[in-house]
Amino acid sequence: MPPPCDPKEGKMRYMFLIYGEEPATPPSQEELDAEMAEWWKYDNAIKESGLFLAGDALQPSQTATTVRLKGDERIVTDGPFAETREVLGGYYLIDAPDLDTALDWAAKCPGAKYGSMEVRPVMEFDTPEQ
Amino acid sequence: MSERAVGTVEAVFREEWGRLLATLVRWLGDLDLAEEVAADAVAVAVERWPVDGVPDRPGAWLLTTARRRAVDLLRRRQTYAAKLAVLKVEALRADSEHRSADGATSIDDDRLRLFFTCCHPALPMDGRVALTLRYLGGLSTSEVARAFLVPEKTMAQRLTRAKRKIKDAGIPYRVPRADELPARLPAVLSVIYLIFTEAYAASGGPALVRPDLADEALRLARILFELLPAEREVAGLLALLLLVDARRDARVSDTGLVLLADQDRTRWDHTKIDEGIGLLDRTLPGGPPGPYALQAAIAAVHDEAPSFEATDWRQIVALYEVLRSVAPSPVVDLNRAAALGMAHGPAVGLKYLGELTEMPELQRYHLLPAARARFLEDLGRLDEATQAYRLALDLVRNDVERVYLQRRLDAITPVVDVKPRGGTAG
Repeated sequence: MPPPCDPKEGKMRYMFLIYGEEPATPPSQEELDAEMAEWWKYDNAIKESGLFLAGDALQPSQTATTVRLKGDERIVTDGPFAETREVLGGYYLIDAPDLDTALDWAAKCPGAKYGSMEVRPVMEFDTPEQ
Repeated sequence: MSERAVGTVEAVFREEWGRLLATLVRWLGDLDLAEEVAADAVAVAVERWPVDGVPDRPGAWLLTTARRRAVDLLRRRQTYAAKLAVLKVEALRADSEHRSADGATSIDDDRLRLFFTCCHPALPMDGRVALTLRYLGGLSTSEVARAFLVPEKTMAQRLTRAKRKIKDAGIPYRVPRADELPARLPAVLSVIYLIFTEAYAASGGPALVRPDLADEALRLARILFELLPAEREVAGLLALLLLVDARRDARVSDTGLVLLADQDRTRWDHTKIDEGIGLLDRTLPGGPPGPYALQAAIAAVHDEAPSFEATDWRQIVALYEVLRSVAPSPVVDLNRAAALGMAHGPAVGLKYLGELTEMPELQRYHLLPAARARFLEDLGRLDEATQAYRLALDLVRNDVERVYLQRRLDAITPVVDVKPRGGTAG
């Protein structure tokens, strides 16, 4: 049995995977400005909260390239791993005391409104001794 | 030690288990470890109490025994984290003993915390139900498995998966803040309600009512009401369970299911009815009622009616109208349509039921064709009624309800001469 850990004492890292549909037609400049203003506001808020570790937006999924190895052969294909309507558009990595706190921040993110946010704890490994 | 009879030992465990576990979880921050040492403490009690007598404060005795066991286990682990945990347990124990001098509030908080953890929306519904019955109701894993008609191994895996998610995803042991409560409480209420409905109209299998499971749901609702007496929907849920459960004995006879219309109302439990109505009287005036209080109010109208015919159907229709605006669902629409038929005649009922036949959620729900069949039968449209009863029979999963529907179908089916006719073969 692993040692007991109190999430209140040890912080956990959570990743927000921001999924959304990519618009078929580009938004108007006004729409874009309005949406970007929401994102900047959230980005500032989470950075000021002290929980922020990292976060980025990704280029559109047409820019994705998938690579895998079959035996020794490298197979490179165009596009994301799975063809779905909702694609990964960005991420945040935060440090939070528990899932409730992480869910609160995920719900505040504009990504929750425009698509959906998958919240996942990061797997922590014991550092191997050098 | 008191002179209490050994026979009370079981009852004490049942009563104390949720409190014991909840406090240990707060001290240890680990559901598995809390469960292990709680079980150890109970095992020691099973051995000692019949000999030494039940202690005056059995809960405190169990907690002390479990805590010592936890500290032993943690010391043996020798890790830094375990050492920290020992320090924390000792500090919290001192704190708890200090606080328990002013009353049992810290233990109540612990149980409330455990309720919100076991019923966290990040857990799958079947996991929430299993955790709540196991850790707050104190049922054993095999009892929980029996209640839901699944193999014990399946239930053990379900509990393990749910516990692993609590730990790995960092689901906290905490009572939601007042501003979070409206979003979090419904998840807790729905778990208790689901346990009750499963007991009451078992979705599959031979029994129509599983009284032990119904009692368990009622007990959990009472505990939650004790912990959150000011929450109106908690009172509403408890009232609903009492007002429906009051009819339990009259609902099944030797020959099968007895519908509300045919129940012997003298067999209804008036203690439960009075308690449920009392709760409602105190709850309803406080503002717009929530879905549980509204369903309780509907149950109360039925419970107060001297006979099925004398039921205030218009009042029931009106309550369903409000319920529809607060918590719309196809099943509420179905019940409203049936009540409209009772208030204004089978033709009206049929008209409203007809509007629901296309709803995808009701396609496989046996009570829609069953209600249609009944109104068709009342109108003397027996061919259509036969068809509707057959459809209901195809969809019904509970054996007792199946017998009832078959009886209704047989009653309107003309008796065919089934004497074997000789000489047709060869």
